[in-house]
Amino acid sequence: MAVASADTAIRTSRITRAFIYLFLLLFALFYLLPFGIMLVNSLKPLSEITGGNMIALPQDWTIAPWLSAWSTAQIGVEPTGLRPYFINSLVMAIPAVVLSTVVGALNGYVLTKWQFRGSTIIFGLLLFSCFIPFQIVLIPMARILGLLDIAGTTPGLILVHFVYGIGFTTLYFRNYYAAFPTELVRAAQIDGAGFFQIFWRIMLPSSGPIIAVSFIWQFTNIWNDFLFGASFASGGSAPMTVALNNLVNSSTGVREYNVHFAGAIMAAAPTLLVYIVAGRYFVRGLMAGSVKG
Amino acid sequence: MGFLDIDNVTKSYGAVEVLHKVDIDVEEGEFLVLVGPSGCGKSTLLNMIAGLEGITSGEIRIKDRVMNGVHPSKRNIAMVFQSYALYPNMTVGQNITFGLEMHGTPKAERETAMKTVAQLLQIEHLLDRKPGQLSGGQRQRVAMGRALVRNPDVFLFDEPLSNLDAKLRVDMRIEIKKLHQRLGTTIVYVTHDQIEAMTLSTRIAVMYDGYVQQLGTPKEIYDSPANLFVATFMGSPAMNVLPVRLIERDGELHALVSAADGQERALRITHAPPAYAAYKDADVLLGIRPEAITDPEGADRNARNIQPFRNRVTVIEPAGADTFVTMTMSGKDCIARMRADADVKPGHDFDFAINMDKAVLFDPKTESRIA
Repeated sequence: MAVASADTAIRTSRITRAFIYLFLLLFALFYLLPFGIMLVNSLKPLSEITGGNMIALPQDWTIAPWLSAWSTAQIGVEPTGLRPYFINSLVMAIPAVVLSTVVGALNGYVLTKWQFRGSTIIFGLLLFSCFIPFQIVLIPMARILGLLDIAGTTPGLILVHFVYGIGFTTLYFRNYYAAFPTELVRAAQIDGAGFFQIFWRIMLPSSGPIIAVSFIWQFTNIWNDFLFGASFASGGSAPMTVALNNLVNSSTGVREYNVHFAGAIMAAAPTLLVYIVAGRYFVRGLMAGSVKG
Repeated sequence: MGFLDIDNVTKSYGAVEVLHKVDIDVEEGEFLVLVGPSGCGKSTLLNMIAGLEGITSGEIRIKDRVMNGVHPSKRNIAMVFQSYALYPNMTVGQNITFGLEMHGTPKAERETAMKTVAQLLQIEHLLDRKPGQLSGGQRQRVAMGRALVRNPDVFLFDEPLSNLDAKLRVDMRIEIKKLHQRLGTTIVYVTHDQIEAMTLSTRIAVMYDGYVQQLGTPKEIYDSPANLFVATFMGSPAMNVLPVRLIERDGELHALVSAADGQERALRITHAPPAYAAYKDADVLLGIRPEAITDPEGADRNARNIQPFRNRVTVIEPAGADTFVTMTMSGKDCIARMRADADVKPGHDFDFAINMDKAVLFDPKTESRIA
């Protein structure tokens, strides 16, 4: 295969190649620019920003804005910094991601390997949740959270994200398992493995790439969600995104842009980290099954 | 009462019946091959024996125990799949012992069983590898090992050789046959390859269109096919089927065939069962295997009735061991199988010798053999 792909690659001269790299470099810089400005300004004292020069490097390097954003900045009415909300987001995102991934995997397993009458219709209905806008479910969801008495709490948010994520995770796992040879399941049945044994011992160990996809997708969506966080969590149980908004939109005192920049980077850091660590699995998982390797 | 009884079994999907009243008794130690073209229902039948598909009506019994509705793992069967279905995340050793583990066999016992099987199949050096690191033939062995280790009552093979290249297929065929002779196990084997069916089986069930067309030993199937389908499906090149007229001459029945030049010649029928009488002066189909048409020197010395037949040769195909000669008989292409060094030239007349002992007659309407 390696030989074949080398043969089919477009041959280019040194000069064209240099141009290609130059352009790619320029685009990369262009996309990195906003992040660079955020980073630079989060390391300046406020006076340098209000002085008018946002692009310049700090004359006086400081990490005070970061410390302030993390532990002392005014969020709403309390001077707690973003830390408690960062923890809120972690406590919300991790269980929601794990639960929706596990249930999605089970759904995909059942929908492909234990098909029953009407299983395709159920899959079709599950897919609807991928296309329904968030806003439509706000009111019914509020009612359910109220009935369960978990409105305005982190467990409530976990439930919301878990339920909303099942559609996507089911789609991923169903498509991945559709390409998984059914003969393996039959062989395991003859070997005497039960429903869950087949799932744990045969299916899951071969599901690495799609678990990564599901994990990244769910984590990014849940971590970055603002609407559900703002609607179903209040005060101390708000997630990071809502807290960041409260930090930036605070109407009292001076606008501490450097602290806002630091807070924004903190809010984006976990998803960036997930992409950097698991990004290659993401592409690999999305490609899996589409091309016969 | 056989070891494995397939008793009037049918299979329907909705209103469509795909298997019609299949009735086969398999004795202990038998090697039954289900053969037929794709879509004939052979794999469905195998899956029903395995318990992977339900039985619509009828009964399947193993050792007199009714298997309808019994879970595959509780039937004491083992199956080798076409794709081998080795668990990709486990080593060869784990693949082999997975079934034992699921049945709660203690670890020490599993290890012993695994060693015995690995030794038998000569895969001891592969036990720590993953299936992805094995060649096709090695995977095939592991798949057989996984089946053997359970020591099941019945082995089920679902086209196990069709993913191998031609040479390896022949090697593995011999391996399977050796294994059967050595262990004396009961095997049900599905294939679409009639050579595999002939070489491996003690009995063959030829299937077509959801019916068992004929059930018999390889020799019965080959020499006395029940109908035209069995006759043409089994054997390569296929049996020659010629439209002829049955006439009586000097008190004996003859088949009237025409040569390439249109001249008619009567070939005496060796042995005419009473049923032939009804077809006197009627059109029938004459079936002759290619190896029953030879040059006069190459004819079977034990044959009682060799009929000479001079005809124009159209094509010759030297195949190394044999030379296949095509000619036109009664308006049909007819293949003869000659010795490799027979002196035949295309476009010339040649004296063929037809061994009429081996000829069979079919009713042109029902396509059944007349007997």
